[in-house]
Amino acid sequence: MDKMHFKVTVNGKQEELLVEPRELLIHVLREKLGVTGPHIGCETSHCGACTVDMDGKSVKSCTVFAAQANGADVTTIEGLGTPDGLHVLQQMFKEHHGLQCGFCTPGMITRAYRLLQENPDPSEEDVRFGMSGNLCRCTGYQNIVKAVLASAAELNAVKEAAQ
Amino acid sequence: MIPGNFHYHRPESVDDAVAILAKYGDEARAVAGGHSLIPMMKLRMADLAHVVDLQAIGDLKGITVDSSTVTIGAMVTQHELIASEPLAQAAPIIREASLQIADPQVRYVGTIGGNVANGDPGNDMPALMQCLDATFVLTGPNGTRDVAAREFYEAAYFTAREDDELLVAIRFPATQGGYAYEKQKRKIGDYATAAAAVLIEKDGSSCSAASVAMTNLSDVPVYCQGAIDALIGSTLDASALDAAVAAMQEAIDPQADNRGPVEFKRHVAGIMLRRAIERAASRA
Repeated sequence: MDKMHFKVTVNGKQEELLVEPRELLIHVLREKLGVTGPHIGCETSHCGACTVDMDGKSVKSCTVFAAQANGADVTTIEGLGTPDGLHVLQQMFKEHHGLQCGFCTPGMITRAYRLLQENPDPSEEDVRFGMSGNLCRCTGYQNIVKAVLASAAELNAVKEAAQ
Repeated sequence: MIPGNFHYHRPESVDDAVAILAKYGDEARAVAGGHSLIPMMKLRMADLAHVVDLQAIGDLKGITVDSSTVTIGAMVTQHELIASEPLAQAAPIIREASLQIADPQVRYVGTIGGNVANGDPGNDMPALMQCLDATFVLTGPNGTRDVAAREFYEAAYFTAREDDELLVAIRFPATQGGYAYEKQKRKIGDYATAAAAVLIEKDGSSCSAASVAMTNLSDVPVYCQGAIDALIGSTLDASALDAAVAAMQEAIDPQADNRGPVEFKRHVAGIMLRRAIERAASRA
């Protein structure tokens, strides 16, 4: 089976490499591109630790063939902020202790990013429903929900101030 | 978990996709969202030489509501079904059911066509499509044909679709009256232990029309004429609901698995149907 030319934009950077069509997006990101923010958790499309933003959708990158992602625009946790300039979500997860062991955090934040793009003013119920594809084995959900709600409030305050 | 290797095809038209399916027969499989197929390939329970990715075929996209007929392209995702206002007007039961499928990430990629064509008894859309009396549009090398959703399912993963046919669209009449999709599942993302799709129309206090179908209680979706007969003409009182549930219990054939023993599934099925009828009636 031939390898294919694979083009992908990851966190704004264009990449071109050879992959086997069967390789999963999570493997390409972590092993070939060194983007290790998205984690391999359950590998069965349940836990959401591998969540990335692909063409404006939250997807579980353990269930996307590299071939399907050819040409896609992918954003991972690395694309949202830097250690010196945290994204609001990263800051709020820190402030509200929206993490315990931290393993699920990149997937949580990447998913929350898309949720807030689509619904900038969510209720607690909206957050719980919108984050339901991400599991936290430490069951740190209370603080995760608080962090997402605080991020929404913060982002809305910034938006209002700008107007 | 790494799937076996395969040749990857990304056709840009239905004709090209059908030609690939016709050329490779059962060595090839169409992949829509892939969230049923890819896990099977990762577990090496499905081993395919050719994967035909449908994402680049524009003709498989889009929702249209036209003179009381709804047409949904096979590649429309559950996320798009939930977001569509015209669809929510024409058939609100679709949004209600779609919100109960898997989780947000899966709904962004999972498609209605993949959900109905796969023939998995656990999928929610097949029973819903039978409840709606939907028509599936299949295109093959010899052209296009319509198959009623109520005639489509033969056994688990066996359907009326031929290997070289593609399900391209789903069509059904806009709904009237009340609706409900009630689903019991063990956890987020799970398939139903039991689920019920119900449509109810009322004339005064009397039920003038109804439709009932059940999910994951047999190896095919269960469209239940007996339950419908028990409801039509009644005032949807306790005895009518009892009769509908009794008829449904006759029609289903649940199997014991990790969701529970047969008696538990029958119990849950009864509760789901009762709730669905009551909620649909309250909205009618």
